[in-house]
Amino acid sequence: MLNCKKATQLMSQKQDRLLSMKERTSLRFHLLMCSGCRNYNQQMALLSVACKHISGEEPEKNIRGSK
Amino acid sequence: MNRQSDGNREQASRLWFQETEIAALRHDMLRFARLQLRDAAEAEDAVQEALAAAYATRDRFTGRAQVKTWVFSILRHKIIDLLRDRTRHPTQSLTRDDGSDAEINELFDAKGYWRKEERPTNWGDPEAALGNTQFWRIFEICMNAMAENLARVFTMREFLGLETAEICNELEISESNCWVILHRARSRLRLCLEENWIKSE
Repeated sequence: MLNCKKATQLMSQKQDRLLSMKERTSLRFHLLMCSGCRNYNQQMALLSVACKHISGEEPEKNIRGSK
Repeated sequence: MNRQSDGNREQASRLWFQETEIAALRHDMLRFARLQLRDAAEAEDAVQEALAAAYATRDRFTGRAQVKTWVFSILRHKIIDLLRDRTRHPTQSLTRDDGSDAEINELFDAKGYWRKEERPTNWGDPEAALGNTQFWRIFEICMNAMAENLARVFTMREFLGLETAEICNELEISESNCWVILHRARSRLRLCLEENWIKSE
Protein backbone atom coordinates (compact mmCIF):
# COMPACT_ATOMS: atom_id res chain seq x y z
CA MET A 1 0.00 0.00 0.00
CA LEU A 2 1.03 3.57 -0.65
CA ASN A 3 2.84 5.30 2.20
CA CYS A 4 2.92 9.09 2.76
CA LYS A 5 6.36 9.54 1.29
CA LYS A 6 5.36 7.90 -1.97
CA ALA A 7 2.04 9.76 -1.91
CA THR A 8 3.87 13.12 -1.80
CA GLN A 9 5.86 12.10 -4.87
CA LEU A 10 2.65 11.34 -6.73
CA MET A 11 1.07 14.62 -5.59
CA SER A 12 4.02 16.41 -7.13
CA GLN A 13 4.16 14.35 -10.30
CA LYS A 14 0.46 14.67 -11.05
CA GLN A 15 1.27 18.33 -11.78
CA ASP A 16 3.84 17.31 -14.39
CA ARG A 17 2.60 14.13 -15.99
CA LEU A 18 -0.50 12.00 -16.34
CA LEU A 19 -0.54 9.46 -13.55
CA SER A 20 -1.41 5.86 -14.40
CA MET A 21 -4.81 4.52 -13.41
CA LYS A 22 -3.18 2.47 -10.67
CA GLU A 23 -1.31 5.48 -9.30
CA ARG A 24 -4.44 7.61 -9.33
CA THR A 25 -6.47 4.97 -7.54
CA SER A 26 -3.90 4.31 -4.84
CA LEU A 27 -3.37 8.05 -4.27
CA ARG A 28 -7.10 8.68 -3.98
CA PHE A 29 -7.41 5.81 -1.54
CA HIS A 30 -4.49 7.07 0.53
CA LEU A 31 -5.93 10.59 0.67
CA LEU A 32 -9.22 9.27 1.98
CA MET A 33 -7.46 7.91 5.02
CA CYS A 34 -4.63 10.38 5.64
CA SER A 35 -5.38 13.92 6.82
CA GLY A 36 -1.69 14.89 6.69
CA CYS A 37 -1.53 14.09 3.00
CA ARG A 38 -4.87 15.80 2.38
CA ASN A 39 -3.36 18.95 3.87
CA TYR A 40 -0.24 18.42 1.77
CA ASN A 41 -2.42 18.18 -1.31
CA GLN A 42 -4.10 21.50 -0.48
CA GLN A 43 -0.72 23.09 0.20
CA MET A 44 0.53 21.97 -3.23
CA ALA A 45 -2.57 23.50 -4.82
CA LEU A 46 -1.92 26.79 -3.04
CA LEU A 47 1.75 26.83 -4.12
CA SER A 48 0.69 26.27 -7.70
CA VAL A 49 -1.81 29.14 -7.59
CA ALA A 50 0.74 31.37 -5.86
CA CYS A 51 3.22 30.74 -8.69
CA LYS A 52 0.59 31.57 -11.31
CA HIS A 53 -0.23 34.71 -9.37
CA ILE A 54 3.42 35.80 -9.44
CA SER A 55 3.52 35.08 -13.16
CA GLY A 56 0.93 37.78 -13.74
CA GLU A 57 -2.03 35.48 -14.22
CA GLU A 58 -5.32 36.26 -12.53
CA PRO A 59 -5.91 33.91 -9.61
CA GLU A 60 -8.59 31.30 -10.11
CA LYS A 61 -11.65 31.53 -7.94
CA ASN A 62 -11.78 27.91 -6.89
CA ILE A 63 -8.70 26.22 -5.62
CA ARG A 64 -9.12 22.49 -5.55
CA GLY A 65 -6.61 20.11 -4.14
CA SER A 66 -7.40 17.13 -6.29
CA LYS A 67 -7.47 16.74 -10.02
CA MET B 1 -6.98 57.08 -42.49
CA ASN B 2 -5.02 59.51 -40.38
CA ARG B 3 -8.02 60.24 -38.27
CA GLN B 4 -8.50 56.51 -37.79
CA SER B 5 -4.92 55.99 -36.60
CA ASP B 6 -5.13 59.09 -34.39
CA GLY B 7 -8.20 57.56 -32.82
CA ASN B 8 -6.37 54.33 -32.23
CA ARG B 9 -3.49 56.10 -30.63
CA GLU B 10 -5.76 58.09 -28.41
CA GLN B 11 -7.50 54.93 -27.30
CA ALA B 12 -4.16 53.20 -26.81
CA SER B 13 -2.96 55.99 -24.54
CA ARG B 14 -6.08 55.65 -22.47
CA LEU B 15 -5.42 51.93 -22.12
CA TRP B 16 -1.81 52.43 -21.13
CA PHE B 17 -1.16 52.66 -17.41
CA GLN B 18 -1.17 55.65 -15.11
CA GLU B 19 2.01 56.30 -13.16
CA THR B 20 0.69 54.70 -9.98
CA GLU B 21 -0.40 51.65 -11.93
CA ILE B 22 3.01 51.40 -13.57
CA ALA B 23 4.63 51.39 -10.14
CA ALA B 24 2.45 48.48 -9.02
CA LEU B 25 3.01 46.62 -12.26
CA ARG B 26 6.78 47.15 -12.07
CA HIS B 27 6.76 45.84 -8.51
CA ASP B 28 5.00 42.62 -9.62
CA MET B 29 7.25 42.24 -12.65
CA LEU B 30 10.43 42.77 -10.64
CA ARG B 31 9.39 40.14 -8.11
CA PHE B 32 8.70 37.72 -10.96
CA ALA B 33 12.02 38.45 -12.69
CA ARG B 34 14.14 38.53 -9.53
CA LEU B 35 12.92 35.16 -8.32
CA GLN B 36 13.98 33.56 -11.56
CA LEU B 37 17.11 35.45 -12.52
CA ARG B 38 18.39 35.85 -8.95
CA ASP B 39 20.21 38.95 -10.05
CA ALA B 40 18.67 42.31 -9.18
CA ALA B 41 20.37 44.27 -11.96
CA GLU B 42 19.54 41.74 -14.64
CA ALA B 43 15.93 41.62 -13.41
CA GLU B 44 15.71 45.41 -13.52
CA ASP B 45 16.95 45.46 -17.14
CA ALA B 46 14.57 42.73 -18.24
CA VAL B 47 11.58 44.53 -16.71
CA GLN B 48 12.60 47.85 -18.26
CA GLU B 49 12.96 46.28 -21.70
CA ALA B 50 9.65 44.44 -21.41
CA LEU B 51 7.83 47.63 -20.45
CA ALA B 52 9.43 49.55 -23.30
CA ALA B 53 8.55 46.83 -25.80
CA ALA B 54 4.96 46.72 -24.57
CA TYR B 55 4.68 50.51 -24.72
CA ALA B 56 5.92 50.53 -28.30
CA THR B 57 3.12 48.20 -29.34
CA ARG B 58 0.44 49.69 -27.09
CA ASP B 59 -1.97 50.53 -29.92
CA ARG B 60 -2.68 46.82 -30.37
CA PHE B 61 -4.46 46.48 -27.06
CA THR B 62 -8.16 46.46 -26.58
CA GLY B 63 -8.29 46.28 -22.80
CA ARG B 64 -6.38 46.83 -19.58
CA ALA B 65 -6.22 43.19 -18.53
CA GLN B 66 -4.78 42.41 -21.93
CA VAL B 67 -1.97 44.94 -21.42
CA LYS B 68 -0.85 43.29 -18.22
CA THR B 69 -0.96 39.84 -19.82
CA TRP B 70 1.00 41.14 -22.79
CA VAL B 71 3.66 42.85 -20.67
CA PHE B 72 4.14 39.69 -18.64
CA SER B 73 4.36 37.52 -21.72
CA ILE B 74 7.10 39.76 -23.12
CA LEU B 75 8.93 39.54 -19.80
CA ARG B 76 8.49 35.78 -19.74
CA HIS B 77 10.13 35.47 -23.16
CA LYS B 78 13.00 37.70 -22.11
CA ILE B 79 13.61 35.57 -19.04
CA ILE B 80 13.52 32.37 -21.09
CA ASP B 81 16.14 33.87 -23.43
CA LEU B 82 18.33 34.92 -20.54
CA LEU B 83 18.06 31.51 -18.90
CA ARG B 84 18.86 29.83 -22.22
CA ASP B 85 21.96 31.97 -22.51
CA ARG B 86 23.03 30.88 -19.06
CA THR B 87 22.48 27.24 -19.89
CA ARG B 88 24.77 27.63 -22.86
CA HIS B 89 27.42 29.23 -20.68
CA PRO B 90 26.87 27.49 -17.37
CA THR B 91 28.73 28.69 -14.34
CA GLN B 92 27.86 25.53 -12.46
CA SER B 93 26.50 22.14 -13.31
CA LEU B 94 22.71 22.13 -13.33
CA THR B 95 22.36 18.42 -12.89
CA ARG B 96 24.46 18.39 -9.77
CA ASP B 97 22.29 17.81 -6.77
CA ASP B 98 22.66 20.07 -3.78
CA GLY B 99 23.21 17.26 -1.34
CA SER B 100 20.85 14.78 0.20
CA ASP B 101 17.16 14.56 0.86
CA ALA B 102 17.90 14.28 4.56
CA GLU B 103 15.78 17.25 5.54
CA ILE B 104 12.76 15.85 3.72
CA ASN B 105 13.37 12.22 4.72
CA GLU B 106 13.38 13.20 8.38
CA LEU B 107 9.72 14.16 8.11
CA PHE B 108 8.79 10.49 7.70
CA ASP B 109 9.17 7.47 9.94
CA ALA B 110 10.95 4.30 8.89
CA LYS B 111 7.85 3.05 7.07
CA GLY B 112 7.43 6.29 5.13
CA TYR B 113 4.52 7.75 7.11
CA TRP B 114 4.49 11.29 8.50
CA ARG B 115 6.00 11.62 11.92
CA LYS B 116 3.25 12.97 14.16
CA GLU B 117 4.90 16.35 14.78
CA GLU B 118 5.78 16.78 11.11
CA ARG B 119 2.32 16.10 9.70
CA PRO B 120 1.36 18.86 7.23
CA THR B 121 -1.07 21.35 8.73
CA ASN B 122 -4.13 22.99 7.28
CA TRP B 123 -3.05 26.29 5.71
CA GLY B 124 -6.58 27.64 5.77
CA ASP B 125 -8.31 29.68 3.14
CA PRO B 126 -6.12 29.97 0.01
CA GLU B 127 -7.63 33.32 -0.95
CA ALA B 128 -6.66 34.71 2.43
CA ALA B 129 -3.11 33.42 2.06
CA LEU B 130 -2.70 35.04 -1.36
CA GLY B 131 -3.84 38.35 0.10
CA ASN B 132 -1.50 38.09 3.07
CA THR B 133 1.70 40.16 2.81
CA GLN B 134 3.45 37.93 5.34
CA PHE B 135 2.80 34.91 3.12
CA TRP B 136 4.47 36.63 0.17
CA ARG B 137 7.39 37.86 2.25
CA ILE B 138 8.13 34.32 3.45
CA PHE B 139 7.43 32.90 -0.01
CA GLU B 140 10.17 35.10 -1.50
CA ILE B 141 12.59 34.28 1.29
CA CYS B 142 11.96 30.56 0.78
CA MET B 143 12.37 30.82 -2.99
CA ASN B 144 15.65 32.65 -2.58
CA ALA B 145 16.87 30.06 -0.09
CA MET B 146 16.23 27.26 -2.59
CA ALA B 147 19.37 25.77 -4.14
CA GLU B 148 20.08 27.18 -7.59
CA ASN B 149 19.69 23.89 -9.47
CA LEU B 150 16.29 23.21 -7.89
CA ALA B 151 15.09 26.78 -8.34
CA ARG B 152 16.06 26.81 -12.01
CA VAL B 153 13.86 23.83 -12.87
CA PHE B 154 11.08 24.89 -10.51
CA THR B 155 10.74 28.40 -11.91
CA MET B 156 10.89 27.17 -15.51
CA ARG B 157 8.00 24.86 -14.70
CA GLU B 158 5.87 26.95 -12.34
CA PHE B 159 6.58 30.54 -13.36
CA LEU B 160 7.31 30.19 -17.06
CA GLY B 161 4.85 27.33 -17.51
CA LEU B 162 7.19 25.17 -19.60
CA GLU B 163 6.42 21.47 -19.94
CA THR B 164 8.89 19.09 -18.30
CA ALA B 165 9.82 17.72 -21.74
CA GLU B 166 10.94 21.21 -22.81
CA ILE B 167 12.82 21.78 -19.58
CA CYS B 168 14.79 18.56 -19.77
CA ASN B 169 15.61 19.28 -23.40
CA GLU B 170 16.84 22.71 -22.47
CA LEU B 171 18.90 21.55 -19.51
CA GLU B 172 19.87 18.19 -20.98
CA ILE B 173 18.54 16.15 -18.11
CA SER B 174 16.17 13.19 -18.25
CA GLU B 175 12.46 13.77 -17.75
CA SER B 176 12.34 11.50 -14.71
CA ASN B 177 15.21 13.47 -13.22
CA CYS B 178 13.17 16.59 -13.87
CA TRP B 179 10.21 15.14 -11.92
CA VAL B 180 12.49 14.25 -9.03
CA ILE B 181 13.95 17.77 -8.96
CA LEU B 182 10.48 19.34 -9.07
CA HIS B 183 9.27 17.15 -6.22
CA ARG B 184 12.33 18.12 -4.21
CA ALA B 185 11.81 21.82 -4.93
CA ARG B 186 8.12 21.74 -4.02
CA SER B 187 8.82 19.76 -0.83
CA ARG B 188 11.44 22.29 0.27
CA LEU B 189 9.27 25.27 -0.53
CA ARG B 190 6.32 23.72 1.29
CA LEU B 191 8.41 22.86 4.34
CA CYS B 192 9.97 26.32 4.42
CA LEU B 193 6.50 27.93 4.41
CA GLU B 194 5.17 25.51 6.99
CA GLU B 195 8.04 26.31 9.34
CA ASN B 196 8.38 30.03 8.79
CA TRP B 197 4.91 31.20 7.89
CA ILE B 198 2.46 28.84 9.61
CA LYS B 199 4.38 27.81 12.71
CA SER B 200 5.62 31.32 13.44
CA GLU B 201 2.22 32.98 13.20
